Amino acid sequence: MKNTISERIADFLKNYPPFNAMDSKQLDELSLEVVIIHKETNAIVFCENENPHEHFYVVNKGAVALSKEGSSQILDICDEGDVFGLRPLLANESYKLEAKAYEETILYAIPIKDFRPLALENKRIGNFLIESFASNTGNPYSIKHRGKLYGSNNQEDQFSTNKILDLQPIKYSTDLITCKEGTKIKTIANKMTKHNVSSILVEKNHMPVGIITDKDLRKKVATGLFPITGTAKTIMSSPIITYPKELTLAQSQMAMMKSNISHLVLTEDGTTDSRAVGILSKHDIMVAVGNNPAVLLRAIKRATDAKRLRSIRHGIMNLLRGYLDQNIPLGLVSKIISELNDASTKQVIQIALSKMDEAPPVKFTWLSMGSQGRGEQLLNTDQDNAIIFEDVPEEVLEKTRDYFLKLGERISKDLNTIGFEYCPADMMASSRSWCRSLSEWKEVTAHWIHNPGPEEILLSSIFFDYNVTFGDKALADELSHSIFDHANHYPQFFTHLASGALQNPSPSGFFRDFLVEQDGEHKDFFDLKLRALMPIIDAARVLILSHSIKSINNTAERYEKLAELEPNNKELYLACSYASKALLKFRTRQGLLHNDSGRYIALDKLNKEEKIKLKRTFKTVKEIQSLIEIRFQVKNLLR
Amino acid sequence: MWPFSRKKQLELPDFWWSYVEHFKEKLPDGIQENTFVVLDTETTGFSLTRDRMLCIGALKLYNNNIVVKDSFEVYIEQDHYSSESAEIHGILKKSKRDRISELEALKQFLAYAKNHVLVGHHVMFDINMINAALKRNGLPKLKNKTLDTETLYIRTLLISAVVQRKERYTLDDLAKKFSISRKDRHTALGDAFITAIAFIRTIEKLKPKKLKDLLR
Repeated sequence: MKNTISERIADFLKNYPPFNAMDSKQLDELSLEVVIIHKETNAIVFCENENPHEHFYVVNKGAVALSKEGSSQILDICDEGDVFGLRPLLANESYKLEAKAYEETILYAIPIKDFRPLALENKRIGNFLIESFASNTGNPYSIKHRGKLYGSNNQEDQFSTNKILDLQPIKYSTDLITCKEGTKIKTIANKMTKHNVSSILVEKNHMPVGIITDKDLRKKVATGLFPITGTAKTIMSSPIITYPKELTLAQSQMAMMKSNISHLVLTEDGTTDSRAVGILSKHDIMVAVGNNPAVLLRAIKRATDAKRLRSIRHGIMNLLRGYLDQNIPLGLVSKIISELNDASTKQVIQIALSKMDEAPPVKFTWLSMGSQGRGEQLLNTDQDNAIIFEDVPEEVLEKTRDYFLKLGERISKDLNTIGFEYCPADMMASSRSWCRSLSEWKEVTAHWIHNPGPEEILLSSIFFDYNVTFGDKALADELSHSIFDHANHYPQFFTHLASGALQNPSPSGFFRDFLVEQDGEHKDFFDLKLRALMPIIDAARVLILSHSIKSINNTAERYEKLAELEPNNKELYLACSYASKALLKFRTRQGLLHNDSGRYIALDKLNKEEKIKLKRTFKTVKEIQSLIEIRFQVKNLLR
Repeated sequence: MWPFSRKKQLELPDFWWSYVEHFKEKLPDGIQENTFVVLDTETTGFSLTRDRMLCIGALKLYNNNIVVKDSFEVYIEQDHYSSESAEIHGILKKSKRDRISELEALKQFLAYAKNHVLVGHHVMFDINMINAALKRNGLPKLKNKTLDTETLYIRTLLISAVVQRKERYTLDDLAKKFSISRKDRHTALGDAFITAIAFIRTIEKLKPKKLKDLLR
């Protein structure tokens, strides 16, 4: 008896191998046996060396990371439709890798006892499983089993990380398509088309003797120079240029440039006298350099849907991890990552706009607020954003707003798809309070400034770090002018803003111990954001706004500017600039390590050096807090 | 009065007594040790007296797992029919689905639900609908504890005086928030599934330690 859920599961599975090879009745029956499992981020599906489960898994939603226990390096990410945990199906052994939910994930667990007979009976299914188990060739992230395809090679050193990108070994295709010297050209062309490859290797006695590429077919056959009935030998490039398989990215680029070729044949020992193990094409190089900001940026600009952007963002996270490992200055890192984040948001907006039924009725501006606005959003944190649209006559105001609300909703949904969580307080352009016309925004911000209660201070502190991501900058500039006008006429506002900045609890206690959270979900964790980052960010904001400077949003840069404006406090400001970078880096490291926002830190997991570093920044936090307390006479307000 | 009510009780069918029997057992304390029965009903309308249930869909959630085979979906034979609601749930009066009597459906549901906590979106509507059906068949009301996903969801939101909150959150709102496919909206079991995922994600946000933290 199938039911609505099992029908839906069958509907999903039939799109992915190996299930696409089953007939619908088998699939219906199998779907009924499925267990649906929900895993929250970082929940373990199975550990290394754990005894085999009775199920293997298909990712329905979300993603699962496979890694070696104790190493932060992710060997493979399984996305929607990917199958993993197959080991028990093929061999009665414990798992060799750890599988962990990379984000919130829904899994379909397929019982092995029901699946095995189908796999035995249906050759296509069996083959797929063996292949995907042995190589995972379709997956660019996958490096786990490549070494096994050609014997003795030690997989550990082939793709080890921590090296500078250019010197990293490059991934190439090991799925060789070959022919003999005597093979007919037409057969070759058919074979290449069938396997969708741009080159074919010509072998003689299992040794590579030549190569035929798309270019050869175009230049030599299509032009009529050689007949299509000819053999491989007549058109192949020979002798071939071979390289050893441990080629680095830089080496392979050089090799192609030097010989002006687009394919490299890799052999066991690098000479033509040993077996070919792989072919490296220009495309492989393109994919490898994908781990570089310029290429990622181009890929972002080319993306036509949110799903594609999502996978590019996996690349961005890898890049970030690499940068931190190589200790590249955080100022630079945050610039690059923010630029990429900004570009992703822009692209999301472009895509959303193109999907709207009509063009926007008037000009508008998309503001990123909070950490993204400050250019400090290294990890995927919450989205805070707003829309300003041009003033329109009263009678069409609501109609105009409806358009932008719809746009806002679409954008924020796509941003969610690519990894930015929804803002829990709904501070997003998809909500009415954050989608307003210019004069409405002027009114609202003026209201905040003139009635600075705790809520208003909180809202202005999020809002005033805005940055134009998309659209007409003039609208935002006009709003900034209006804000400073009001603030200068009502200097009390800064006092309130300063008191808001002092409200965050202190990072350390009387004995210079860390103050940890007393209760709730994060009991005994140290709240890095609230106790250390926020005070320093808030202080920077009130200080820079009191100098009427809107063009700088980044906290570290704000302090640098302040050091310039107030030479007598230069030392403290520079210390703050340093502390803000150090804290952000700390948070990012923690976040990458635990695949979360990095906000809460388990103190017992820190080593001595890290603790000392953290404490040093706290001293600076306290100093800047007393500076603003005195300067803005916050005490008067408290009395 | 007493003798009458006792006599009436004695007339209750066996399946009701075996349902009641389950309540002698205490529910486990921990969230993950509890089985939650997530349910949804499709009805001919919103009136408890006039309208009838056409379908009950339910699934069991245990330790974040849903065993597909162990889900519950029955279509019910009813005389009352409203063509307006048919536009929503697509259950036609003369549809080809196998249908059972209301009493049989209730019997199967009680055997399925046992003493587990019932979870639903706007769950009181479904509970009241089932209770009305129980009453028509001369049976007492459901005895299970209940949880409403709308109420739970609202508890996850930040409380802020300035940011306006919506008053009501529909199942569609939740499906959107948690990016759950809405393909099976308005089939009882499909809605139950959406509710189950929304429920899991909501309790992940709330992080209750014990079942009683949820039931409060």
